[in-house]
Amino acid sequence: MTAEGKVLIFGFGNPGRLDDGLGPAFAQRMEQETPAGVTVDCDYQLNVEDASTVAQHELVLFVDAAEAGPEPFWLNRLEPVTHLSFSSHSVKPDALLGMARDVLGKTPSAFILGIRGYEFNEFGERLSEQAASNLEAALDFVRNGLCSGDIGRYLKQNEHRYGWRSETPAASMEGAS
Amino acid sequence: MSAPNPNRIVIEPVTRVEGHGKVTILLDDQKKVKQARLHVVEFRGFERFIQGRPYWEVPVLVQRLCGICPVSHHLAAAKAMDVIVGADTLTPTAEKMRRLMHYGQTFQSHALHFFHLVSPDLLFGFDADPAIRNVIGVAQKFPELAVQGVMMRKYGQEIIKATSGKKIHGTGAIPGGINKNLSIAERDEFLKDLEQQMSWARGALKIARDFTVTHLKDLADFGSFNSNHLSLIREDGAMDLYHGNLRAIDFQGNKIFDQVDYQGYTKYIKEEVRDWSYMKFPFITSLGPEKGWYRVGPLARLNTADFIDTPEAEAARKEFMAVTQGKPNNITMAYHWSRMIELLHAAEKISELLHDKDLQGTDLVVKGQRREEGVGLIEAPRGTLFHHYKVNEDDQIVMANLIVSTTHNNEPMNRAVEKVAKDHLSGVQITEGLLNRVEVAIRAYDPCLSCATHAMGKMPLEVKLVGPDGEVLDVRRS
Repeated sequence: MTAEGKVLIFGFGNPGRLDDGLGPAFAQRMEQETPAGVTVDCDYQLNVEDASTVAQHELVLFVDAAEAGPEPFWLNRLEPVTHLSFSSHSVKPDALLGMARDVLGKTPSAFILGIRGYEFNEFGERLSEQAASNLEAALDFVRNGLCSGDIGRYLKQNEHRYGWRSETPAASMEGAS
Repeated sequence: MSAPNPNRIVIEPVTRVEGHGKVTILLDDQKKVKQARLHVVEFRGFERFIQGRPYWEVPVLVQRLCGICPVSHHLAAAKAMDVIVGADTLTPTAEKMRRLMHYGQTFQSHALHFFHLVSPDLLFGFDADPAIRNVIGVAQKFPELAVQGVMMRKYGQEIIKATSGKKIHGTGAIPGGINKNLSIAERDEFLKDLEQQMSWARGALKIARDFTVTHLKDLADFGSFNSNHLSLIREDGAMDLYHGNLRAIDFQGNKIFDQVDYQGYTKYIKEEVRDWSYMKFPFITSLGPEKGWYRVGPLARLNTADFIDTPEAEAARKEFMAVTQGKPNNITMAYHWSRMIELLHAAEKISELLHDKDLQGTDLVVKGQRREEGVGLIEAPRGTLFHHYKVNEDDQIVMANLIVSTTHNNEPMNRAVEKVAKDHLSGVQITEGLLNRVEVAIRAYDPCLSCATHAMGKMPLEVKLVGPDGEVLDVRRS
């Protein structure tokens, strides 16, 4: 069972880039209703210091906008990896887990929830109509997990039902941010 | 855009957004490098996004431009809005809170760049196997450095959070001041870790200094060239990352202009559009586009400053300048050493501010005579950042012009890539060595390409070698 206080929900994306803001929108809504003991965080993107936060939890649910994949959302389990990057100022969720493992010696269970979005490449602080609807479905899904008393088990049980792997691995690994 | 040229090598990042930056190396008929170009697509929707929005929203809205340096945009916009509301002199609490925010941002940004992007190049060498020449390789061989990078970044981020509010909706700086002070409890939390952070900053500076000095002969020519340099400067000639007047010098240190009030920057700086790039090329008006381009960022700031007003960074600056006999340092790879001097300077400034009781003051906002136009400049971690706005009588934004640090460094980055390509391209094959060196040269500038698109930081390089008939002869990806 996932211990209370050891769950991190981390939404990321840019709320100024239309549906890219799905992750922060999810976090903002969750923050208002999350049971005590569940930590909610959000940022424009993930970065190295988040490895420290991740390492302090037993279960991490990353929430990001997805440019591809099934509607209204998909759910994938994440494994820590070593990513190389040329000039990255941000870190992918699985690479963040890799840093937590390799630098801090911690390997929490982790999933990514990709909420399907549609409009990304303009400035604007709004969600498209369909993305907003997908957000509600994703919120309901996670609420059910939190209500079950063991969100870790719930996510594992639903992994096959909502799992999705793109032909482009990156797309199903990191969402859209 | 120019017509496709079959004699070209393309180094292209793979992303999910069309139009990211790429490097094109043009070959002549003898298959020698004729020209190299770094293409960066600048996002052009921001002006439209902000049109009609009330001016007081701007310091928050501009943070949406970039997830990497939202604080720099936040503060530059707030400074422009200070001018709009006639707040010519902020209260001590407001100015010092903003400075603390800014030095926290500089500290975490420089630490991130050095420990997680640059240190693998320095610790393992440019030719090391990419499988180990990365942050995980550093973590395995130098675990303490990898941890330091994470913890320094976190420290800076916590300062930003305490001064600006939430990470994603920072509202600390407002037109005419700041919306909160620093509580005693917040201050004491930062003081607890301060000496450790200072110690790590000294260690990072030593690594960068030792590497540069030890390899000076090789680095002196690597992607290097003479250039002008531009930055803000305090009235007494000190480095000042938050506020000052503009100073530009040539490659020998002669002043091109000095102590220029940046409200009139348009008389001194112009932006050139070139048909092959969406990103503009700024230049010093009096010198014209051919000779007037310049560098910004840590190297430029070290070169333009007469001194640094914190003791440890000043001692480091003197040693840095001694390498070039007090003349400007034009070595591209010296960016790293200069960046680490600034890292220590930022830590010293954070210490200075945390011991200043003004941070607990309650006089936070001033106002004055309303104006219709305002310019805000700040020395962002990557270089001078310009924000320029016009506001109508209904308080709505009617014009916005931003020149980001990476745009200032556009021409220098192109020159650095071209120099590396000319020196290291042999035949018509993209070697791992060439790819590595192109990366290293661009990375010296710590470019932020995410102002251009939302898909931030996904910058593996893919190298395509295209033959005379258009056939792709070789592909190499970092």
